[in-house]
This record gives sequence, structure tokens and C-alpha cells, in this order.
Amino acid sequence: MATRTTTQKVTTTTARNGTPNPTQPTQASLVVERTGPLALVQDAGRFGCRHLGVTQGGALDWISLGWANWLLGNAPDAAGIEIAIGGLALKAERTLRLAIAGADLGATRDGEPLAANGSFTLEQGQVLAFDQPRAGLRAYLALPGGIDAAPFMGSLSTVAREQLGGLDGRGSAIQVGDRLVAASSTPQRGEPVRELPSLSAMPTDEAVLELVTGAQIAHFDGASLFAAFNQPWQVDSRADRMGVRLTGPVLRCQAGGMVSEGIPLGAVQVPPDGQPIILLNDRQTIGGYPRLGALSPIACARLGQCAPGTTIRLSPVTPHQARTRYLRQLARWR
Amino acid sequence: MSQSPSPALSPSFRMETVGMDALIVRLFDAIDEAHMPWILAADNALREGLGGALIDLVPSYTTLLVHYDIEQLSHIEARRRVQQALHGLQPASTEAGREHRIPVWYDDSVGPELPRIAERLGVDTDEIVRRHTGRDYCAFALGFSPGYAFMGMIEEALATPRLKTPRQKVAAGSVGIAERQTAIYSMRSPGGWNILGRTAVKLFDRDRDEISLFRPGDRVRFEPISREAFIEQGGDTTPLEER
Repeated sequence: MATRTTTQKVTTTTARNGTPNPTQPTQASLVVERTGPLALVQDAGRFGCRHLGVTQGGALDWISLGWANWLLGNAPDAAGIEIAIGGLALKAERTLRLAIAGADLGATRDGEPLAANGSFTLEQGQVLAFDQPRAGLRAYLALPGGIDAAPFMGSLSTVAREQLGGLDGRGSAIQVGDRLVAASSTPQRGEPVRELPSLSAMPTDEAVLELVTGAQIAHFDGASLFAAFNQPWQVDSRADRMGVRLTGPVLRCQAGGMVSEGIPLGAVQVPPDGQPIILLNDRQTIGGYPRLGALSPIACARLGQCAPGTTIRLSPVTPHQARTRYLRQLARWR
Repeated sequence: MSQSPSPALSPSFRMETVGMDALIVRLFDAIDEAHMPWILAADNALREGLGGALIDLVPSYTTLLVHYDIEQLSHIEARRRVQQALHGLQPASTEAGREHRIPVWYDDSVGPELPRIAERLGVDTDEIVRRHTGRDYCAFALGFSPGYAFMGMIEEALATPRLKTPRQKVAAGSVGIAERQTAIYSMRSPGGWNILGRTAVKLFDRDRDEISLFRPGDRVRFEPISREAFIEQGGDTTPLEER
């Protein structure tokens, strides 16, 4: 995304605190009243520091975060909340405009149902609550201007394993009593957009994921490659922000243990048991298993919404095809 | 330490597609300290050659992962830029990486595998310490956790396979070995390396200008210190849990 940073400069809290905005008498904020399995501050991720062993992080379904931000006129990669599975409840300390996109987690405003994708006003004292998944796994909540907190290495993305990012900068998930402060008092978008013009439906039973085939594909035998792209895969319950295991036909690879090397987002690695693991945003930065290639970023976003048991089909694409679709998605937000 | 390579002989490199916006530059096939001057030279050349179109560059042992900005460069343009950047590559000076001296308290309580390895080799623990501290190590790659450097090579006789059952918690600062590599745990985490001792040095510190103490290509030498010196440096003497 356009605002990715390639420098190692650290934005410190003092730098942010040194520029208070005098036009904001009170901050637009939400207080967390209840939490579910996992809610995290996420933006596009942390870049320019993977050579130091610091992972990428960022919203798994970056497309839904982008739409939630678009609804408020934010930059597509502004920080929002990634709400996995549901359970979260937030009370407005001051009236503010919010937007949600992504999974349908049965969101309500003071008990009254809200559309899964749209913007709305939460009056002071009203409660926004998420129940449980009806379609997809992760909903994204956007606040005007994003979330006001001190970024680390250019990002607010929360990576619990690395104790980095989030509201406290220490990788903590959203907790009861936390205050989510909007980075600006009003949305950039004057005309409220209540619903999205277009949105790909959340995957339900089956998803086709595009995979950019990599050079190491030559290490796999022909029957394994045929199976990889022609047989169905199941999303395993061993799935988190680091990676998602697939179960299905056993893939055989001639290359055994390899020398560890840098791993791109969406890498489909095949350990000796022949069952692929798709490495996502919080993956370790280097690794040594052979790989079929890497899912396209759009496919990674979709995988982030696939519940265990979902049937996956892998579809090979060229880097050029993947790029064309990726740029088309970015263009929708301009 | 390693067979003397011919510095004038440039390695042939291969470019491999690994994703929509990433490619791997492969310079070598096996781990060797003599490769690092080439990896460091390629790292510099690629940072310079790709400039603002570079998002991340991850050097590791034999390769560099190039993650480029897909909005600026197509796959074909990225390959061309990499090709140009690496044209006529010369190895970096063997002095290119920075040097670090890391004080370590080697002790059974914080390094449970120290006596075991000594027993296996039929020597006392001081001899293991003498051998582990007896040479400079090269940081081949950072990974596993922020600031964690994979270093080598340790003396062949010290080479020890990873623990069959990894520990649930390895204390930050723990110094370990696995096969012919050595490393320091940068934060408390699960881990399967054989632990020999502990350092009070912080490998990753967000409040320091140099957030990560190590960078790929740095050279590291361990120095044995007493328990008293370790405590004085702020070290935590809590024994390492067995499992």
C-alpha cells in the first residue's frame, strides 16, 4: 500500500504527543465493555524491518479493513480493530461515526441489528456489540481518521508473539476498560455512505484461492502437483494469524530440509508430513520448508475469513494476473 | 575456518519468483561463513538499486528475499532492477559487519545442557566454555523472534542436535547451540536449543537507537563472566526450567 514505510525510523510517543490538536476539545472515543476471543489493533502492517526478525503483522483481511476505512473516508490502511469470532462490546464516550466491514458477526447498536458492511452513528452512551460469526470470521471496525496511539516502526499492528504494537505498544490484545480514541474528531467523508457499493461475499463452504506458483514447485513430483491444484483441501482447526494448515492429499517433495530463507506473505510451505501450511501476516520471517508458491494478497484476505472445515481449491496464477487484480482493488478506494 | 574462496570469483546468482511481489536472489547452496561478504554486498547493492521501490529485504545464509512495491514495479521490471543492481557485484570487506563482545555467565543453573555436553565429550564444563568462546561467530540471518540471530559455525565437536522436546519457556538472554550454530534468545519464548548460559545484554530494545543489537553479517564473540559480574550487569539468575 501507498503508505508503507521502507525506513527503520521509529515514531516515538513523544513525537506524537508533541503535536496536540487544539481544535479537538474532547476526543471521540469508545470504551471496551466486553471482549471475545481476540480483538486486535491492525493496520497494513510493519515494513522495512523483516531483516531484524520483526514480522509483517497487519490485518489478515486487508480488503475488509480497507472498505471499513473507505466508508469513513480514511486511508485504506488506517488502523482499525480486527475482531475475530465476535464477543466485543464497546460504549461511545461521545457521539461518533463508525464503520464496519468483513465478517457478519451479528453486530448490534443498543441491541438493534446493524448491516455487516456499512457506516453508522453511535450516540454517546450507546453500545456497539458483536455476537458470533454468521458468515466469515473477522470483522473490521474503523474510527474517524484511524486509531490514535503511538506506532512502533511505523505501524500500530499488534503482534502478541513479538510483544509489539497495539494500544500499549507491547502487543496486547484489546482488553476490558481500554479506550479506543479516534485519530480525528470527524470523518473525512462528509456524505455518509451507509452501505458498500460492492463487496465479495464472505466464503461459506468453499473458496477458490489464487496461488502464484514459485520456482520451488519443480521439487514436487507430478502427481503431487496435479493433486495440489485439482483436489479439494480442508481448512484445519490449527489456524491463526501466523498460518493456516490445510489437510488433503499428501504432497511429496524431493527437496528435504533446506537452508532457511526469507518467506513472503501467503507462502504455501510443505513440511515432511506433506500437508501444506499457508503462512500469513504474523509468520516467522525465515524458514526452511519447500514451497509451492504464495497465495495472492487477495487470496490471503479471503483465507483470513475461512473457518475450519471450509473447502479450499488452489488455482495457479502468474504474478502479472495477481498484480492486475491487486491494483484493481486498490483503485476502488481512490 | 572455511576453505579459502577465491574472492575474485563472483558467484552466479539465480532469481526465483516466490510470490506476486517477491523474488529470491539465490547466491549459494550451502551454509558457509565465506559467503557472508557476498550476501552483504548484495544487500547493499539491492537497497541502493531498488531505493524507494524496496519494501523489505531479508538476507539469510545463501539468499536474499526481495519484497518490492507492486504499485511501482511489475514482476518483469523488478527482475530487471535486481539484475542491474547485482551487475559486477564485488564481495564486501570481511570487516564489513560490526563486532560485538557478549558477556555470558556460563552455569549449570541457567545453562542445563552445559554439563551434559561436557559429559558427552569427556571434558569439564570450563573446556566447553573455552571452546564456545574461542572463536568469532558470524550472524547469518535474523529471525525466529525480533533480534534473534542465527550464528556460526561452532566447533564441530560441540555440534549437538536440538532437544527432542523443546522447552515451553526459554528465558531471554539464554545462549544456546544447535547443530553447528549458536544463538541468543532475544525474548522469552518456547525453544529447542541446548542452553549453555545467559547474557544480560538486551538484543532487542525499542528504547535504544539501534533497536536490534545484531544485523546480518555482524561478528560476535562470547566472553565468560562470573555470576557477580552478570548480576552487576542486571542479569536475571532465575534457573532455567527443565521443561
